[in-house]
Amino acid sequence: MEAEPERVARPLVYRTKLPVRIWHWINALSIFIMLMSGMMIFNAHSRLYWGKFGANFDQPWLVIGNHGQAGFVRLGGVEVPTTGFLGYAMDTARAFPPLVTIPTGYNLSAARDWHFFFAWVLVLSVIAFLLYALISGHLRRDLGLKREERSLAHLWHDIKEHARLRFPTGEAARAYNPLQKIAYLSVIFVLIPLVVLTGMTMSPTLNAAMPWLLELFGGRQSARSIHFLCAFGFAGFIAVHLLMVVLAGPINELRSMITGWYRLPAERAVTEDKP
Amino acid sequence: MSLITRRNALVGGTGLLLAGCDKITASPTVKNVLSLGQKANLTAQRLVQDRNALAPEFTRADLSPKFRENGTRNPNNDDYNRMVASNFADWTLAVDGLVARPFRLSLAQLRNAPARTQITRHDCVEGWSAIGEWTGVPLGLLLRQAGLSSNAKYVVFHCADQLLGAQYYESIDLVDAFHPQTILAHTMNGQPLSVGHGAPIRLRVERQLGYKQAKYVMRVEAVASLDGIYGGKGGLWEDRSGYQWYAGI
Repeated sequence: MEAEPERVARPLVYRTKLPVRIWHWINALSIFIMLMSGMMIFNAHSRLYWGKFGANFDQPWLVIGNHGQAGFVRLGGVEVPTTGFLGYAMDTARAFPPLVTIPTGYNLSAARDWHFFFAWVLVLSVIAFLLYALISGHLRRDLGLKREERSLAHLWHDIKEHARLRFPTGEAARAYNPLQKIAYLSVIFVLIPLVVLTGMTMSPTLNAAMPWLLELFGGRQSARSIHFLCAFGFAGFIAVHLLMVVLAGPINELRSMITGWYRLPAERAVTEDKP
Repeated sequence: MSLITRRNALVGGTGLLLAGCDKITASPTVKNVLSLGQKANLTAQRLVQDRNALAPEFTRADLSPKFRENGTRNPNNDDYNRMVASNFADWTLAVDGLVARPFRLSLAQLRNAPARTQITRHDCVEGWSAIGEWTGVPLGLLLRQAGLSSNAKYVVFHCADQLLGAQYYESIDLVDAFHPQTILAHTMNGQPLSVGHGAPIRLRVERQLGYKQAKYVMRVEAVASLDGIYGGKGGLWEDRSGYQWYAGI
């Protein structure tokens, strides 16, 4: 019989405050609904263009379409078969299949209702979160990169640690690590503002009120393209974010985002640190 | 012996999930709550912009090489075909409803009336855009000429085409009706408006989406309320397909 390995004390710490948890879940819900209703809206015209205008007679840079029952994605001049995933899937000739759109069947007016309702939820909740993060110090204390974290050497070290799937343990796991901070800051300060502003740029009324938005993005169809690229950005963030949650311990991570309490991962045994 | 394969279970489970989602989407309560978002769009957009703020205007260099036709491409009914055959010689536009002096104008009279020319972008609700040059009579001019009643709140456009088995119509409120770029266009890219684009005249209400740009306009009616007009929601797409009356985004 083997001896029980000596257990390292793994204290529960209160890591995530209530306002952050509330915003996280409201934001997660909004972004999922925005992505799914957005895919339905995309299905209404599954071509993207650069510039001020763009319709069926003009040159798109991205098309998700179908030849009969064969789906394809065409990027520039390159066409890739995607039957079963995009263009033609689930017996439906639409860019995105019913499984991932809101509503499941073609319904542009309903998708727009979902999209705009949750656009307001997203915008108002991110404004409330930003006010909280500024006033409470969450932004400076937890999300801002510390002085020592701002060096390329430090970031490179962090990238290598991530690539080896070695995450911070013990007390170091109490704080976000630099790559994590950069990912969260990118969503909050780049992706969300960009997706909201490009969304607003597609509004003919707001074009009259704020013509500088069109100048900024190079025209309505460019704004529409950037809007969808942002959506891919969100999808990419979600994929990596969920992967990290799974790798870092899904129960522990979920508990900390629901109750706030997080069990610090045990320090790695010394033997693991051998060169 | 029954065999439940993983694929069957997956397909069945997915079907149930999708059915559940659709039930939520189809609920009238959900639809009413969600439409608050679009109502907020109207309130917010009216709040942040001057009522006369102009939609961006472009140059001839920006024109779409080929302007896609939206909605009906040809009404193709007997009355309309007769009008096309006579080059709209007998066609008249009625301006009536809550006005002191209802009147009718021929196409020749409209073409000789004061006009505005603007190169603007047409945005379909589906997502595509096309840029064209439109020339037409400002709607505000016609409404003032007719002596709009102070009870009037909306202007309804009755059209010659049918879609989804119903008469096409649209409506706008007075903010858009008196907007300087709101015109009844008889000329597109320097040519008389083609059948595909809404001959003899179509509405241009440049701060809204394509389905508001009524084509084949026969009659302009000032009303106090949209209740009781066709389906009551202010437009064919609004009545039949649940699109919002305000199409500013």
